[in-house]
Amino acid sequence: MSDHANAARQPATNSIKEIVISVRGLVVQFGEHRVMDGLDLDVFRGEVLGFVGGSGQGKSVLMRAILGLLRKRAGVIRLFGQDRDALPPRQLRALEQRWGVLFQNGALFSSLTVRQNIQMPMRENRNISQRFMDDLAMLKLDLVGLPPDSADKLPAELSGGMVKRAALARALALDPELLFLDEPTSGLDPIGAAEFDELIGTLQKTLGLTVFMVTHDLDSLYSICDRVAALAGGKVIGAGSMQDMLASDEPWLRAYFHGTRGSRLIGSLGRRMGGREPA
Amino acid sequence: MATKIEAEPPELTRRESGDIRRIVLTGGWLLRASRALERKADEIVSQGRGARAVVIDMSAIANLDTAGALALNRARNELIRAGVAASFEDARPEHQMLIKETAIEILPPPRAKPTNLFVDLLADLGLSVVGALREYYRGTGFLGEFVAAIGHILLRPRLFRGTSLVYQIEMFGFRSIPIIVLINLAVGAIVAQQGIFQLARFGATTYAVDLIGILVLRELGVLLTSIMIAGRSGSAITAEIGSMKMREEIDALRVMGLSPIEVLVVPRVLALMVALPLLTFIADMAALFGGLLVSWGYGDISPTTFLVLLKDAIGVNTFLVGLIKAPFMALIIGLISTQDGLATLGSAESLGRQVTAAVVKSIFMVIILDGLFAMFFAAIHY
Repeated sequence: MSDHANAARQPATNSIKEIVISVRGLVVQFGEHRVMDGLDLDVFRGEVLGFVGGSGQGKSVLMRAILGLLRKRAGVIRLFGQDRDALPPRQLRALEQRWGVLFQNGALFSSLTVRQNIQMPMRENRNISQRFMDDLAMLKLDLVGLPPDSADKLPAELSGGMVKRAALARALALDPELLFLDEPTSGLDPIGAAEFDELIGTLQKTLGLTVFMVTHDLDSLYSICDRVAALAGGKVIGAGSMQDMLASDEPWLRAYFHGTRGSRLIGSLGRRMGGREPA
Repeated sequence: MATKIEAEPPELTRRESGDIRRIVLTGGWLLRASRALERKADEIVSQGRGARAVVIDMSAIANLDTAGALALNRARNELIRAGVAASFEDARPEHQMLIKETAIEILPPPRAKPTNLFVDLLADLGLSVVGALREYYRGTGFLGEFVAAIGHILLRPRLFRGTSLVYQIEMFGFRSIPIIVLINLAVGAIVAQQGIFQLARFGATTYAVDLIGILVLRELGVLLTSIMIAGRSGSAITAEIGSMKMREEIDALRVMGLSPIEVLVVPRVLALMVALPLLTFIADMAALFGGLLVSWGYGDISPTTFLVLLKDAIGVNTFLVGLIKAPFMALIIGLISTQDGLATLGSAESLGRQVTAAVVKSIFMVIILDGLFAMFFAAIHY
């Protein structure tokens, strides 16, 4: 899959990979507790970056810091090559329209129907007719695999998995270049999770989407992530392809990828691939 | 990649080659183009109409997103419906994929049938009457559950949650003292000022003390305190229990074999029933003190005279009439707030609605109850 993605990406990148998110020396502190301690991270255009780390290590904190929802103590966060601290409000708003965010629990507006939720960013930021917005909303619903009759439901009437999908549809409303996903497959059944992975893969290929994905789902990491970055002790302790991660001697990475669940998965994948080891 | 922001607008040019009409698309067919995107898609339809076959040439498109692909698909479908053989050509692989992904038949959502306004109005009225009756029924049931829970606790005192009760008394009672003192002091002062001002015309200034004493002790003290508590503590109870309901905490209690009524409702309602009489007493004192100050400063009635006159004007029964009402007010505020909290559904909107409803209902019921008590005390000449 990553080969396909690479091919699709080639013309746009001029052989040098463009950095979409660049984090340098990020420090985030809550009281005495330093969550991010001089963190560096790069996300390249067109890739799916899987971000892993133990519970409570601050994966969501990093995402929130990049999105500007948290104040940082020190460090520079550059998005699309622009330092977000230096941007005037107008440009910041334009920047914010270039990304879509899927929060862990969906964060759908509970007083609006699914359709209105999806149309909210379009209505606020684009000047298009209601008819086209209705069609677009139905398209996004179809893209994320929700039945058409869910359009007029309220978030409270949806199941957990459907909320996730509806929230993804809303994140995709403005056809963003950059997609943040906070544990997208948690709460989905294995079939739904696999479809979700496939969906993100398709979108990434067709739209040249860059995906920053916080996840614990080893299946997702294997199937769609081009690169994996691991967080521990407030720093990125390793970033690279899945193979690099598996080959790493870092104790935490070994425990994560070679633990009981990881090994079982690697074993089954190895059998399925028939020894076809990507370079 | 700054070019991606400033993408060129979508454009199209038409070329005839024999029977086939080629429509060559250029520029960025993106949602960012907003109305231009829709206009250009409509233009494809108008340009293509009348031809036998139309080829939509996508080779020169700069950018395409799902909105653009959807617009193109819509235009193509419209041409096909008009009897034109329309097809896409020379699309890049990723654009082809987009076109394929967005080629869904979008069914117009079923619109609600227009109905008779008059019938709707009657139906709404009927629904709200039935709703009010149901609410009364449920409220009575809830009172029953509360009494049963109290009975259960009396049989097994171990179940009584003393810590919770004390904590709630502190929250509802102790922390309300400043605001209760403040508003009652002000109201006592206002009643005194008006009493003195109006009665001075008859030379009956001293009767203002009777007015203050009776009005404050019988009605105003307890009424103002109850309304204040309904707004301050009732809303807090509904919001707290409502958000617990939203986050399945109530269900968690149930599956542990605990009764939400015993764990959440009983301590809060009992705390209100203890706190409200105490607050009413404080309110009475504050209002009388406010009256005393104004009588002294504005009506030239010295504090000593005020106290003598007050003693003649009121009896213990005047004082007790107000105080007796307080626990009942507390009961009704507590039951309405807790019940509305438990009736919260999943959404934030529902929580807001429940809190508003609880406060409005509590205040309304407090005033109704006060009226009933007034009739009762008048009937027994107390």
